[in-house]
Amino acid sequence: MGETNMDMIKITIDNKVVEVAKGTTILKAAKDNNINIPTLCYFELAGMDIVNKPGSCRICVVEVEGRRNLAPACITECTPDMVIKTNTTRVLNARRTVLELLLSDHPSDCLVCPKSGDCELQNLAIRFGIREINYVGEQSTYKQDDSPSIHRDMNKCIMCRRCEMMCNEFQTVGALSAINRGFTAVVSPAFEEDLTLTSCTFCGQCVAVCPVGALSEINHTGKVLRALNDPTKTVVVQTAPAVRVAIGEEFGMAPGTIATGQMATALRKLGFDYVFDTDWSADLTIMEEGTELLNRLKKFLAGDKDVKIPLMTSCCPAWVNFFEHNFPDMLDIPSTAKSPQQMFGAMAKSYFAEKKNIKREDMVVVSVMPCLAKKYECSRDEFKVNGNPDVDYSITTRELASLIKLANIDFAALPESKFDDPLGESTGAGVIFGTTGGVIEAAVRTAYEIHTGKKCPKIDFEELRGLEGIRSATIDFDGLPINIGIAHGLKNARKLLEEIREGKSKFHAIEIMACPGGCIDGGGQPRHHGNSEIIKARWNAIYEADKNLPIRKSHENPSIIQLYKEYLGEPCGEKSHHLLHTHYFNKHNVFEVDLNKK
Amino acid sequence: MAKVKIKLRQEHIDIIKSICKKFDYKPGELINVLHQVQGEIGYLPAEVQELIAEELKIPVSKVFGVVSFYSFFTMQPKGKHPISVCMGTACYVRGAESILDEFQRVLKIGVGETTPDGKFSLTSLRCIGACGLAPVAMIGDKVYGRLCPDDVKKIIAEYND
Ligand code: SF4
Ligand code: SF4
Ligand code: SF4
Ligand code: FES
Ligand code: FES
Repeated sequence: MGETNMDMIKITIDNKVVEVAKGTTILKAAKDNNINIPTLCYFELAGMDIVNKPGSCRICVVEVEGRRNLAPACITECTPDMVIKTNTTRVLNARRTVLELLLSDHPSDCLVCPKSGDCELQNLAIRFGIREINYVGEQSTYKQDDSPSIHRDMNKCIMCRRCEMMCNEFQTVGALSAINRGFTAVVSPAFEEDLTLTSCTFCGQCVAVCPVGALSEINHTGKVLRALNDPTKTVVVQTAPAVRVAIGEEFGMAPGTIATGQMATALRKLGFDYVFDTDWSADLTIMEEGTELLNRLKKFLAGDKDVKIPLMTSCCPAWVNFFEHNFPDMLDIPSTAKSPQQMFGAMAKSYFAEKKNIKREDMVVVSVMPCLAKKYECSRDEFKVNGNPDVDYSITTRELASLIKLANIDFAALPESKFDDPLGESTGAGVIFGTTGGVIEAAVRTAYEIHTGKKCPKIDFEELRGLEGIRSATIDFDGLPINIGIAHGLKNARKLLEEIREGKSKFHAIEIMACPGGCIDGGGQPRHHGNSEIIKARWNAIYEADKNLPIRKSHENPSIIQLYKEYLGEPCGEKSHHLLHTHYFNKHNVFEVDLNKK
Repeated sequence: MAKVKIKLRQEHIDIIKSICKKFDYKPGELINVLHQVQGEIGYLPAEVQELIAEELKIPVSKVFGVVSFYSFFTMQPKGKHPISVCMGTACYVRGAESILDEFQRVLKIGVGETTPDGKFSLTSLRCIGACGLAPVAMIGDKVYGRLCPDDVKKIIAEYND
């Protein structure tokens, strides 16, 4: 204390003198001093390399002494001795005007909006006590757009361009862009086409950051309720690893609460006949993908020039869509293993259905996922048998929470219960699928032991964990060094793919997840509104859930061992190949010369 | 989602590729590329934008973002007889709007569109420096002045042989 730091400056904010680091924005300086300036277009996920600050909405304006115009706090940096006022009448009036102008071109259908209760615009209207809108003007109208995963209602778009940032900068997909100008300006796919006709991966990250009801998931809760009430149907549910560490947030529990037991109880109360776990099929994925990796490695080490190394994981369907669209020349690099969601569906409607003597048509498989891409995935034709899908409906964590609320269930007060057998038994390796690095760590735990025939000296591979966009580590397989790469965010995946294409990749195996932090921040999770502490809490919870489980290696899962014995035979054997592996399609635009076109 | 097949004439493909090459495939040159391609081909249909995106390695949504932002760019081919109605101040106060409306009504197209037979396209523009003749319209290079809505049908008939 008492020392003056060169990099610190003094400012006065709402009559309080404070020290802030050079380069701090007014918004950040205010926040650090418990002054909560409203924002709308501004969005940041700290530590995840995600920031959107076009400085366009002006809801965050403040008064700076000596300046004629109000300054947007989100993009204005503090300067030495700056005097800032964040709540003068002038400031409040300006903010109110901004808000009323936004509302004048916004449908007032909060009551029936998918974002109601969780909308940043609605929250501002509440905060400002808006009782009437003094500006009347024409409202822009755009067509509604439904894809298998996402509903777009651009009449509600406020042009914050957060979605455009996620799609272009974080995912480098570029399905969305700002188009037109002035009154008709909006964020849209090229030619105002439907999202299905673009290279959209359905990662849902645009939905995750949209502050309003312009982007939302396709809702399947109605279909699930109908199936649950149909006495002729046996309804089976599977829940993804990342759901259990986030669903509690929807019921006021602290972020990072592990609510596996309450969730299983709630699902039973909702009327699901069998409450199973995607973690089980995550273990199955490891058996298949891990074996595939070892098979490829064996050939590679024997000098086979045709074998594709690195092997890339294939459990994230948004990532699958991404390489099908953008790297059609590399379709043979990713593993052919289906995602855990689809492996579960395939096993439920064959192995389990046969065991229980249930006809395929009479079984409905529902998946609860943190993800929007899974909605698209389960609609893919190659995952259907005679038109009947392996997974009928995929709903998000948010949709499950709304079903639970609808059914008058007091989630937080529920007793814990266990998943049903046999498709509910799982290991810690299955749980860590929920975050970046987890799939490859699970694969290492198993591949090491199968390859060396020895017990792996450790279970926790800290070197594979973390939230940096691209990570790498070399794991010693008892004398054989295996180079592992990990990426989350498709821009990072793109970098690793380009390295492979140029022949510069040093990796033997690479794990990719599309979402920031992996599935824990999937497009279907409870909204974090830019608070990355929530994501970190979920991340911690995933590893805690792993530690809490008695078995932590996929190949030691008794139900999986039983499944191979009774039904599948061997990993990557004929039956597994038929039921648990898939193939990929070239979805890149093709140019061809049209000889008839004049 | 099947693969989207994009069909273009070979000569157009060649033109577009050479223009992109000329600008060194720099995404920053997008506006200049679009400008020249429109100069050569006359308009920028979706297929053309797809190819430009492919060549410059940028998303096609970004290309469309630029095309839709500037009213100079058009996705419609110009008609054989491009019609432009002046909406400058002098023409406006003398009833240019009713002239434009009449063209739209008679041709059954909106501003920025082309008739299905490719004969006429309709645009509006700012003062063309013939204010003394207001309200003014041009068909190709020919200027028509002191128009009233009743003239529109007659003028179009001149080109309808
Ligand atoms: S779902 Fe993902 S890829 Fe598709 S538009 Fe949204 S951000 Fe882009
Ligand atoms: S769709 Fe949502 S995220 Fe995208 S610009 Fe509009 S309001 Fe913002
Ligand atoms: S990272 Fe997970 S949540 Fe995100 S798209 Fe992939 S599978 Fe879905
Ligand atoms: S939040 Fe600062 S300008 Fe939008
Ligand atoms: S205003 Fe129309 S010619 Fe000048």
